[in-house]
Amino acid sequence: MDNITLKTHTEAFNNALSKTSKPPKAGAFSASLTFGWRALLKIKHVPEQLFDVTAFPIMFILMFTYLFGGAIAGSTGDYLQFLLPGILAQTVIMLTIYTGISLNNDIRKGVFDRFRSLPIWQPAVLTGALLGDVLRYSIASMMIIIIGFILGFRPEANITGIFPAMVILLIFAFSFSWIWTAVGIIVRSQETLYTLSFIIMFPLTFISNIFVDPETMPPWLEAFVNVNPVSILVTAMRGFIHGGVTPADIAAVLLVSAALIAVFGPITMYLFRRQK
Amino acid sequence: MHSHNSTTTDQLPAEQFNKARQEPSPAIVAHNLVKVFGETRAVDGVDLSIPKGKVYGFLGPNGAGKTTTIRMLATLLQPDEGNATVFGHDLIKEADAVRSRISLTGQFASVDDDMTGMENLTLIARLLGYQRKQAAVRAAELLQAFDLEAAANRQVKKYSGGMRRRIDIAASIVNSPELLFLDEPTTGLDPRSRNQVWDIIRALVSNGTTILLTTQYLEEADQLADRIAVIDKGKIIAEGTAGELKRSIGGGSLHVRLLEPEHRSPAEQILAKNLDSPIRLDSDPAALSAQVNDTKKVIAALGELEKAGIHIAGFSMGQPSLDEVFLKLTGEPAHHTEENEEMANG
Ligand SMILES: Nc1ncnc2c1ncn2[C@@H]1O[C@H](COP(=O)(O)OP(=O)(O)OP(=O)(O)O)[C@@H](O)[C@H]1O
Ligand SMILES: [Mg+2]
Repeated sequence: MDNITLKTHTEAFNNALSKTSKPPKAGAFSASLTFGWRALLKIKHVPEQLFDVTAFPIMFILMFTYLFGGAIAGSTGDYLQFLLPGILAQTVIMLTIYTGISLNNDIRKGVFDRFRSLPIWQPAVLTGALLGDVLRYSIASMMIIIIGFILGFRPEANITGIFPAMVILLIFAFSFSWIWTAVGIIVRSQETLYTLSFIIMFPLTFISNIFVDPETMPPWLEAFVNVNPVSILVTAMRGFIHGGVTPADIAAVLLVSAALIAVFGPITMYLFRRQK
Repeated sequence: MHSHNSTTTDQLPAEQFNKARQEPSPAIVAHNLVKVFGETRAVDGVDLSIPKGKVYGFLGPNGAGKTTTIRMLATLLQPDEGNATVFGHDLIKEADAVRSRISLTGQFASVDDDMTGMENLTLIARLLGYQRKQAAVRAAELLQAFDLEAAANRQVKKYSGGMRRRIDIAASIVNSPELLFLDEPTTGLDPRSRNQVWDIIRALVSNGTTILLTTQYLEEADQLADRIAVIDKGKIIAEGTAGELKRSIGGGSLHVRLLEPEHRSPAEQILAKNLDSPIRLDSDPAALSAQVNDTKKVIAALGELEKAGIHIAGFSMGQPSLDEVFLKLTGEPAHHTEENEEMANG
């Protein structure tokens, strides 16, 4: 009738609309994987999200190694061996903030509403995103390790020690992400989320054993640093990479991870269900 | 099953009530839906009976509670009070069954604008259970139907407003829903894109989909909706077809254009006195309009103007526009309660 109509009255349109047969519902696992696939696509389309968070750690490696390395550890080379596992942990822990940011984005933009109105296992939105995150953590870690090697990082134990160190880091990060899923649902604005993440992340990563050996600190600070979950993680990672990891180190990380999930998992699910 | 649907049926004229009664199971039946946010009663006792296979329109100003009502009906928000069924399934107890028969296009884009059109549709198809290949086929099919093939591999954030709206609706019909919620589907679109969306809506309905749309545009409700609920401050203040709503506010309206704009103020007084109804001053400085309840009074009123030496350039009598219905129902707080009564009594 008029050219404004475009193709809406054509065969293509009616054909697309007349498909009433529906495939069987996607299962929980399949839905999670699909959301994981979405997270991958997001990395492809917004690669900046990886560089944003790796830029700082790379700066830290260079700055701390060359500026303070001599003073802290006697030589820059020695300091790099000490620092790298910690920086690896810091990078990935910082990346967990993005879990909250992207969730918060989805909620504010309305994409989340669409997902929630689909007949799928509802928590798949969260588990899928977390699966995607694990991949992001791996990519960022690879970048840090490669730069480390270029600068002269050499694992003392065995190069294969890096792998269990990575595994334990990913377990910890996955658990830690649940803090941000909860925060991402509650917080209204992006700005608040950033502010909050800085307030939490800076003390947690700096008042730890990432940069300096806690034995050099005053006792009250040393006490705090030693119970900081980040320190517990970094101790185990150093143990794997440079040798000397104990079962107690590993158990401590797993315990902290389990505790994080036990606390923040249910909180997130509760908030998710009553999300307005 | 309509026996306890008292509030809605009270608002319907008797013939409508009987008709609604005969129609088999409506798409949506809601009783006394309430949602409170802090101090705000966003939705304040809404009753609905929405027939299948038609377009039902929610018409209301900003903050009326349209989105909140839709979000409750789409299982996204739990009502604080009341209950509703969608195709006979309880919103809360059978949320999953409801979800598998509905689809929602939110007020703000509900696709991922970092991803391409193709990826967005494939994502939804995969989540709905399509296998990888079939998902791609379904996505391509919809892109073609919505005339988005050329933009298939472009990120949605690079789409125009109209394309964005189309991909959004396309994403909503991947599973050929029986009921589609469209929250302000044309807000912010230019007339051409708006017409495209209207065409899509008409095509969907002719394929048997029930549509619940919200709009702030009277023209849109008039054009598309078979029945309209006028919502204000969380309450349905009028319900019926566009024709019924127009008729319900009285005879129609008189538009008068004066020869000289300076005469508008005395003319206003004379008309108000003779027509016994409030006068609206139009944006044209020489024009006024008024509700007319009794056509006979019009001739007398115009005669009075002439007697007072106020010359008329022209006048017209019209069916009230939905605009006037809306204004009368929502824009005159002083008459608010009175009008509710009027509407309720048909
Ligand atoms: N999540 C929320 N928290 C607090 N108040 C809310 C929330 N959602 C809506 N409201 C309030 O409820 C009322 C109804 O809002 P709603 O979005 O349903 O209106 P609407 O008719 O869709 O308006 P618009 O035409 O602007 O989209 C408003 O006063 C709004 O501020
Ligand atoms: Mg709204």
